Amino acid sequence: MNAGQSASFRRLFDQVGPVDAVGIEERAAKFTTRSIKKASKLWGLRTAVSMVDLTTLEGKDTPGKVASLCQKAVRPHDDAEIPPVAAVCVYPAMVKHARRALGADAKVRIASVATAFPAGQTRLSTRLSEVHAAVADGADEIDMVINRGAFLAGEFSEVQDEIVAVREACGRAALKVILEVSELETYDNIRAASFLAMEVLRDGDFIKTSTGKTSLNATLGNNQVMLEAIRDFFLNTGRAIAMKPAGGIRTAKQALQFLVAVKETLGDAWLNNRRYRFGASSLLNDLLRQIEKEKTGAYQAPYYFTEAAESY
Amino acid sequence: MSRLPITKTPKVYVGGAFIRSESSRVYPIATAAGGFFANIPQCTRKDVRNAVEASAKAGPGWAKRTAYNRGQILYRLGEMLEARAAEMTEALLVGAAASPRRRAAAGAEVGATIDRLIHYAGWADKYEQLLGNVNPVAAPYFNFTVTEPMGVVGVLAPETPALLGLVSLVAPAIVSGNTVVALASGKFPYPAILLGEMLATSDLPGGVVNLLTGFRKEIVPTFATHTHLRAVVGVADAGERRTLQLGAAASVKRTRLRHSDERIDWNSDGAQGLEAIRDTLEFKTTWHPIGA
Repeated sequence: MNAGQSASFRRLFDQVGPVDAVGIEERAAKFTTRSIKKASKLWGLRTAVSMVDLTTLEGKDTPGKVASLCQKAVRPHDDAEIPPVAAVCVYPAMVKHARRALGADAKVRIASVATAFPAGQTRLSTRLSEVHAAVADGADEIDMVINRGAFLAGEFSEVQDEIVAVREACGRAALKVILEVSELETYDNIRAASFLAMEVLRDGDFIKTSTGKTSLNATLGNNQVMLEAIRDFFLNTGRAIAMKPAGGIRTAKQALQFLVAVKETLGDAWLNNRRYRFGASSLLNDLLRQIEKEKTGAYQAPYYFTEAAESY
Repeated sequence: MSRLPITKTPKVYVGGAFIRSESSRVYPIATAAGGFFANIPQCTRKDVRNAVEASAKAGPGWAKRTAYNRGQILYRLGEMLEARAAEMTEALLVGAAASPRRRAAAGAEVGATIDRLIHYAGWADKYEQLLGNVNPVAAPYFNFTVTEPMGVVGVLAPETPALLGLVSLVAPAIVSGNTVVALASGKFPYPAILLGEMLATSDLPGGVVNLLTGFRKEIVPTFATHTHLRAVVGVADAGERRTLQLGAAASVKRTRLRHSDERIDWNSDGAQGLEAIRDTLEFKTTWHPIGA
């Protein structure tokens, strides 16, 4: 890191405050020790279902697979008490197929990973035209990746300018800014990047941990860093930014631990799918399994549920 | 120079790892002389759930191995047991007064257990020839019946013989590609702990055999209702049989249970063989046109 670069990082860290890495890890470890049983567990599981962004981001996605994903999103299981998920998350080319499957005024929203997901390494004009196209096809939410190269080079205004450009391109669609935490390397960087993004976001826009395409994804630790950044930003400005951890959350138990972190850091105002989401594919089936287990008392085999999204 | 005693923490073998119960509960067992021997994990229904998950994960890989290879691995398990036969004999004497007669019986039980493993190792690539079939039909096509493993099988071992009973139930299930979650004898759990250590060195993939220790009344109801267990085999008393049959009816699983008060001669030829392998097999019948 050259002198100019480290100076700009130092200025940013001074501005947003540092992260106590050991403290964060300890705090996150405590979230896994809460005992959540019976009615509160059932509430947590149902809430988690309503927060899922049911995702398929594969090269082999077809219109048919997206259509069946949408069906699963609207009605995850035959139990009518189980709510629909928050959104389906697909590639831009699949947005129109998702819109056709869900209908014009669906409860389930359509999110699309525009901006040259997952690397983001194309010209800005290309990324913006992708966003325009996805919104025109009917996307309600756009998941963008930040320019990590610019961030790590200390070009913070470039990072923010690009987020603003994408935000403008979104129009009325909500924006989710993917920090790709595994490429930011430190908790200090994650916090700093969170603030950079939040400063240019609107009420109700999201910051999101990762693309799910790298080795390290959402953990309780980096989720906690971002939640605390959201809290501090809210206390300073009054703007409520939403949060979406993505990738690596596969079990209902993990999901409940993430919800504990939300509850204990941001409070009940964030315990809904306008303020908190899970980017996941296989999580939904495990949630359904555990709900069924709570209802019947019997542990369930995975093949009792419709095909898990990860095998699409 | 006198040494501090190095006491052992027995752990159960689940998913290829040695674990304590998720509940952290234990119960003590006594040495042959009546003193404290060790604390045994008192597994719970959540340990059953975790074991079933591990078992299901190991299943496809195990079933895909060639029958010949499964036989080799069972044979190697026999070899591992043979090499540690003296230790296993001592393990069988934990929890009861050791008379010379009991010691001899324990030695004989270890021998019989090794022979049983070798017996099923031999069956691995032979049962299909006897159970599968080309069925007679009256048109130009073939009609085959072939066997398939059921999946995850629950095993309820008898209280005694603690080792021979357990192995006589586990071996015929895994020889065809099933994976097993077994509850060991509650009164004499230590041989199962030691067997786990031998399984770990026998080339058996982790998760194919999962051995739990604990109280039957806590674990049998979960065996009955868990829908991912495809069959339950073993020994049960009247109350347990009722629980298991009600649960099995709800979750559509096969039960092959023997009465715990029945006098079963585990040493006899009748306690091993093709019937026991068939208990955990599904039959699939399929046709194929001739010449195509």
